[in-house]
Amino acid sequence: MSARFDERDTGKRVEAIAKGGDGVEPEQILEVVKSVMASIDGDLSTVNLKFYAEIESLAKFIENLKLELAAVRPDEINDEHLPAAADELEAIVGATEQATNTIFEAVEAIEELTAKMNKKVAPQVSDAVTRVYEACGFQDITGQRITKVVTALKHIETKVEALLEAFGEEIRQLPGHERPDNPEPPDGSEMHGPQLERDANNQDDIDAILASLD
Amino acid sequence: MSAIDMKTPILIVDDYKTMLRIIRNLLKQLGFDNVDEATDGSTALQKLREKPYGLVISDWNMEPMTGLELLKEVRADTQLKELPFIMITAESKSENVVAAKQAGVSNYIVKPFNADTLKTKLTAVVGDF
Repeated sequence: MSARFDERDTGKRVEAIAKGGDGVEPEQILEVVKSVMASIDGDLSTVNLKFYAEIESLAKFIENLKLELAAVRPDEINDEHLPAAADELEAIVGATEQATNTIFEAVEAIEELTAKMNKKVAPQVSDAVTRVYEACGFQDITGQRITKVVTALKHIETKVEALLEAFGEEIRQLPGHERPDNPEPPDGSEMHGPQLERDANNQDDIDAILASLD
Repeated sequence: MSAIDMKTPILIVDDYKTMLRIIRNLLKQLGFDNVDEATDGSTALQKLREKPYGLVISDWNMEPMTGLELLKEVRADTQLKELPFIMITAESKSENVVAAKQAGVSNYIVKPFNADTLKTKLTAVVGDF
C-alpha cells in the first residue's frame, strides 16, 4: 500500500506554491502531485480489497447454496415427488367418493325397506339411516381439505420451478446430484401402500402373473 | 317468512355430488321430495329463472359462480329477490357469515351438519312444515 496521505502537509506545500508567484519550482508541484496520487491510490486499494473480499464471500455463499440446492434435488421434487403426492391425494378423494356412493346405495336400500318394517322397528332404522347420511358428509369435508392441500402443493411446484429456471442446468451439473444408474431393487422390506388405479394390477392381473410363474 | 309445502320445488346446489345426495336424502326424510340439483352457481341461476322454486339451499365454494355470487344475483333479480336462500358451507369464518348476511342470506348452516340442524334452519326460514 502507498504512503499515508497527509492533508496538512500537502496543504502547506500548495500554500507555499501559491505564495511563490512566478518562482514555483516544478519539483514542488511534482511532490504535491505525487502526494495526492499516492493518497488516491492508497484509498482505492483499501476500498477495492474490501469490495473484492465481499464479492468473494458472496460467490462462496452462492456456490454453497447451489451445492445445498443440488443435494435437495429440486428437479426430482418437481418431476416426481410433488406430482406423485398430488396424484395420491386425488386418489383419496376418488376412493372416498366411490366408497361413500356404495354406502349410500346400501343405506338407501335399507331405508326403502323401512316401509315393510313394523312400526316399532322402522323409526329406529330410519334414525340410524339418518346418522349414516350425516356421517357421509365427511367425504365432502375431506375432499375440500385435500383440494386445499393439492393447491398448496401446486403453489410449491411453481416456486420450485422458478428456482430450477434460475439455477436449473448448473444444479444438474453439480456433484452429488447424479442419480444412481442401477437403483437397488426392493428387498421386500419397502411397502409402498396402495397403488394408483392407473398403475395398479387388479386381481385378474395378479392371477395372470401368478399363473405365469407356475 | 314464506311458507312452503312438501310439494314446493327446492333447488339444492353443490359441486360435490355426495353432498347433494346427503341433502336430498335428508330433505326426503323430512318429507320434501320435489328436489332439483345444480352443481354450480351459474347452472343454478339458469334453473331458478326457468322454474318457480320455493327455496334454494346452496354451497359456497363452487366454480365458476360461487354460492355468494349466486345469492347476490338472486337478490338483484326482481323476480327472485324474495326467494328463501340457505347457505350450507364449510366456510365458518365470521367474515364469511357477515358477507353472506350482508348479501341477504336467509340462514347459514356450517358443514358438517346434522338432520336436526337442517330441520331447525328450514323451519326458521320457511316456517313449520
